Amino acid sequence: MEGVTAPLSLEVSKLAFAYPDGHQALFGVDLALAAGERVALLGPNGAGKTTLVLHLNGILGGGHGTVRVAGLPVDRGNMAEIRRRVGIVFQDPDDQLFMPTVREDVAFGPANAGLRGAALEERVREALERVGMTAYADRPPHHLSFGQRRRVAVATVLAMRPEILVLDEPSSNLDPASRRELADILRSLDVTVLMVTHDLPYALELCPRAVILSEGVIAADAPTAELLADQELMASHRLELPFGFDPGSTRR
Amino acid sequence: MGAGHSHKLYRHGHSVVHRLPAHCKLAAVFCFVLVVVSTPRTAMWAFALYAALLGAVAAAARVPAGFLAKRLLIEVPFVAFAVLLPFVAEGERVDVLGLSLSVNGLWGAWNVLAKGTLGVAASVLLAATTELREVLLGLQRLGLPSLLVQIAAFMLRYGEVITDEMRRMRLARLSRGFEARGVRHWGVLAKSAGALFIRSYERGERVHLAMLSRGYTGAMPVIDRITASRAQWSYALALPALALVVCVLGWTL
Repeated sequence: MEGVTAPLSLEVSKLAFAYPDGHQALFGVDLALAAGERVALLGPNGAGKTTLVLHLNGILGGGHGTVRVAGLPVDRGNMAEIRRRVGIVFQDPDDQLFMPTVREDVAFGPANAGLRGAALEERVREALERVGMTAYADRPPHHLSFGQRRRVAVATVLAMRPEILVLDEPSSNLDPASRRELADILRSLDVTVLMVTHDLPYALELCPRAVILSEGVIAADAPTAELLADQELMASHRLELPFGFDPGSTRR
Repeated sequence: MGAGHSHKLYRHGHSVVHRLPAHCKLAAVFCFVLVVVSTPRTAMWAFALYAALLGAVAAAARVPAGFLAKRLLIEVPFVAFAVLLPFVAEGERVDVLGLSLSVNGLWGAWNVLAKGTLGVAASVLLAATTELREVLLGLQRLGLPSLLVQIAAFMLRYGEVITDEMRRMRLARLSRGFEARGVRHWGVLAKSAGALFIRSYERGERVHLAMLSRGYTGAMPVIDRITASRAQWSYALALPALALVVCVLGWTL
């Protein structure tokens, strides 16, 4: 694989986790992302995708195995730094945007990290600029369209200058135009991206590499186009392409 | 500020009153109400002066009388019982238009009505010239416990989200032919309320996760620190100060 010499943004090794009710969600996950890589995390419902994501910034933990973000292990001692390095964009922007105005929401993360005054303003402006939402800084989030809210949600984590951006179903509920706008934004960023999605064409469009998480383990790890073309593999993990979509025909 | 901020009570403007820092206005209104309620009810002229003071504030804020009057209607259900007082109160009675009314009750009704109306009018003026978000910042600045401010801020943020969810649930019920017509249907409404509660509770958990993910440790960072100059304080406190003079005169004259 290329980029072996580059520092790893994310290194998950032998990660296993069972919920307190006894349900085991992860059975030894190994995953490594090089800096600047964009990787799609695919898998059927209930495969443990959300559980894995919540391990990346230490919200869940205490199971077996380790997670490292840019070399720093995820543990209690360095949680503040880990949460700064791992930016999670949740599926419902209404869960993510909880402050009265867009500006305050984008400022929330960096302010928790201790930034104040002009430095904070500058960070907010820069993050909003990167998602093209500068004009909406003083609006309350609930008066924005869904696509705009998703973009602001991305800005809220970009403002923390994360090492890795983790997106949970970034294309869900977006109309085609907002979907394309978000794709343009994600492509323009120079951060490592892990994208959890059911939207296979979107994964193909944005991520050169894809992994399949199935029944708590990584079942496949390959270039996205190759993976989507493997019908047998896809079918065995309940992954289906939209009607009429041929991954071979859109190869660039 | 964006037009999106506005709530129904707020009236967008750039008057002196609009520009005063929220915590000055909050303090002024609070003190004004305290002074008004401690005025003897027999000093009727004092209440007229209070009303004139509020009228001056409204003029300075360029809030039209009609706007103010319409929003004053909110007090109607609260003062309704004041109307009953003259009929039910004990003591000496007088005849007005053939009705036997209690003198004590009349004074009581006047007391509730006058003080209530002045208090509501002051609050309406505050709400008309201050955005809700600024009210919260002002309360925070005045030292209200940050937990209470956070709760209020979340109510402000998620009120509409939850109302929207409620509206969708109502539409879903209607679409399947349900209409609440009587007691027999209360069960369904109760279940909807329960479902809404659980959904909101789960959303609360998700919001908390999102907050933790961005480094929340229990305290909201203070991003906007509002400050007031001496001039702004003295301008805002002119209202309760003048009212206090009237009140003192009311007791001594």
